[in-house]
Amino acid sequence: MSKAPAYTALELMACVASRLLPDKRSIFVGTGLPIIAAMLAQRMHAPGLLIVFEAGGIGPRIPVLPISVGDSRTFHQAIGATSMHEVMSLSQAGYLDYGFIGAAQIDRYGNINTTAIGDYQHPTTRLPGSGGANDVASLSHHTIIIMRQDTRKFVEQVDFLTTPGYLSGSGAREAAGLPAGGGPYRVVTQLGLYGFDESSKRMRLRSLNPGVTLEQMQENSGFEILVPEAIDQNPAPSEEERRLLKEIDPERLVLGR
Amino acid sequence: MDILDEGLGQLVGWHDPDDNRKWVLENKPRHLVDKRMSVTEAVRRYVNDGDLLASGGFGHVRIAMSAIYEIIRQGKRNLVMAGKTGVQDSDLLIASGCVDRIEVAYAFGHELRGLSPASRRKVEGGECQVLGEISNAGYQWRFLAAMMGVPFLPARTMLGTDTLRHSSAKVARDPWSGKLLCLLPACYPDVALIHVSRCDPYGNAQVDGTMIEDFELARASRRLILTAEEIISEEEVRRQPWRTVIPYFLVDAVVEAPYGAHPCTMPYRYYFDEDHIREWLTVSKTAQGAEEYFQKYVYGVTDFSEYLELIGGQRRLQELERIEKLQPAEGG
Repeated sequence: MSKAPAYTALELMACVASRLLPDKRSIFVGTGLPIIAAMLAQRMHAPGLLIVFEAGGIGPRIPVLPISVGDSRTFHQAIGATSMHEVMSLSQAGYLDYGFIGAAQIDRYGNINTTAIGDYQHPTTRLPGSGGANDVASLSHHTIIIMRQDTRKFVEQVDFLTTPGYLSGSGAREAAGLPAGGGPYRVVTQLGLYGFDESSKRMRLRSLNPGVTLEQMQENSGFEILVPEAIDQNPAPSEEERRLLKEIDPERLVLGR
Repeated sequence: MDILDEGLGQLVGWHDPDDNRKWVLENKPRHLVDKRMSVTEAVRRYVNDGDLLASGGFGHVRIAMSAIYEIIRQGKRNLVMAGKTGVQDSDLLIASGCVDRIEVAYAFGHELRGLSPASRRKVEGGECQVLGEISNAGYQWRFLAAMMGVPFLPARTMLGTDTLRHSSAKVARDPWSGKLLCLLPACYPDVALIHVSRCDPYGNAQVDGTMIEDFELARASRRLILTAEEIISEEEVRRQPWRTVIPYFLVDAVVEAPYGAHPCTMPYRYYFDEDHIREWLTVSKTAQGAEEYFQKYVYGVTDFSEYLELIGGQRRLQELERIEKLQPAEGG
């Protein structure tokens, strides 16, 4: 590639993630890129996407990008300003179709670490912990994970299993008591878009981002990612998507990071 | 009930439900008492060294910061923090040495703003001990169990993970479906601090916006300090009784604290003071910087109103009100 693309990795990730969200579904979103992707989806193709925040905001008309999943932008002209108990119960009862979370480390089954890097008792880096992530990934019908990909983040084994993916593989979630049929659905990174193999529940490539090779994709993972016979390419952000991203995050609070 | 698995985390805040009923019977008056007092008095009376402390709100949203600063000013020690979504509150309390143990759903971070240099330094250096892990839903359902007066509640979260392994939850089989459940033990904090939009002198409180976990927390906590943007009359409460989310008999102290969440946001009133939060995150990169911050903003002022002057006074506060209300800048 001789010419730098006219968009950043974060902008592309926001677009790839937003395209995953269908109209007339509900989504549980966390801080940062997930909010941007959900707002973009509402403005592009999913006006009936119901956005829910863990602090209690339900169905807001988000006026400007919220800094926190609890600030008043998350329940601006909303249909409900409720509570965490309300939202988590709705999720446990099956009302939330998609959940959107980030990760510091992920393994081949989509298990996530956001608690500690290194030994748990003596961590080299203490991270914030589960927050609502474990609940989102336990209780939503589909979990979407959005994160940067490199060999420190895509690891053979997570240092601490904060949030469940498919645990040890097929059937393990249900055996542990988690609600049936849930689990990681897609992983969005700066290199590509991944799903999970139907039978083994191992991470499998779906499509690569523009300019990314299979070798780069694999070199940036500490485990082998399954590769399908035909590989699609994710379209670059369109003019319209880029315009809307500017509108959503004019000060580049998230996209400028 | 057969226990199939149990977490290694330390159980904090649990009481036998009959013991707690007895405590409530003996310690919570049912009649109207004017509970207005200064934040100094409220913290002196109701926050004791060694307490399990819970702070209401969420992250940097609707946090009782005037009470947090007062705890630091009074030099409370060996507090255990309910790190439900502990951000500015737990970061400052850990950095100042008031809190030396924490149960973590979310802590050591400031959401989008990055990790907390000060509390991470304390926890990675062993000065603050993590007693256990839990999830956000797990924590608020611990409060819900306490509020209901039951010893535990079952949930379908945390199962199969190290979060459960390092929590105080247990795993048992549901006698109806035969499926495994996560049993969350009730949690009764010794004291909770909740910042509300308004309340009357007895503590009947209204909250504009989301309640987050405070409906459950107010009912779970043994002692409850309310700080309020404004004090209203009992008649005002009775005019719209459906707005009372915290009734007076749960409340031990009522503190009038306009702008009492600063630098955190108060929905419909004022937004985050990003400049001030950034100042803390910058200076707290060193232990000396954190100490200088406390000297300047906590030990160096006599009360919260003096602090408000120091952060820019009415001019800055009106700016934060304008941002919260999505109004254009003056002259712009």
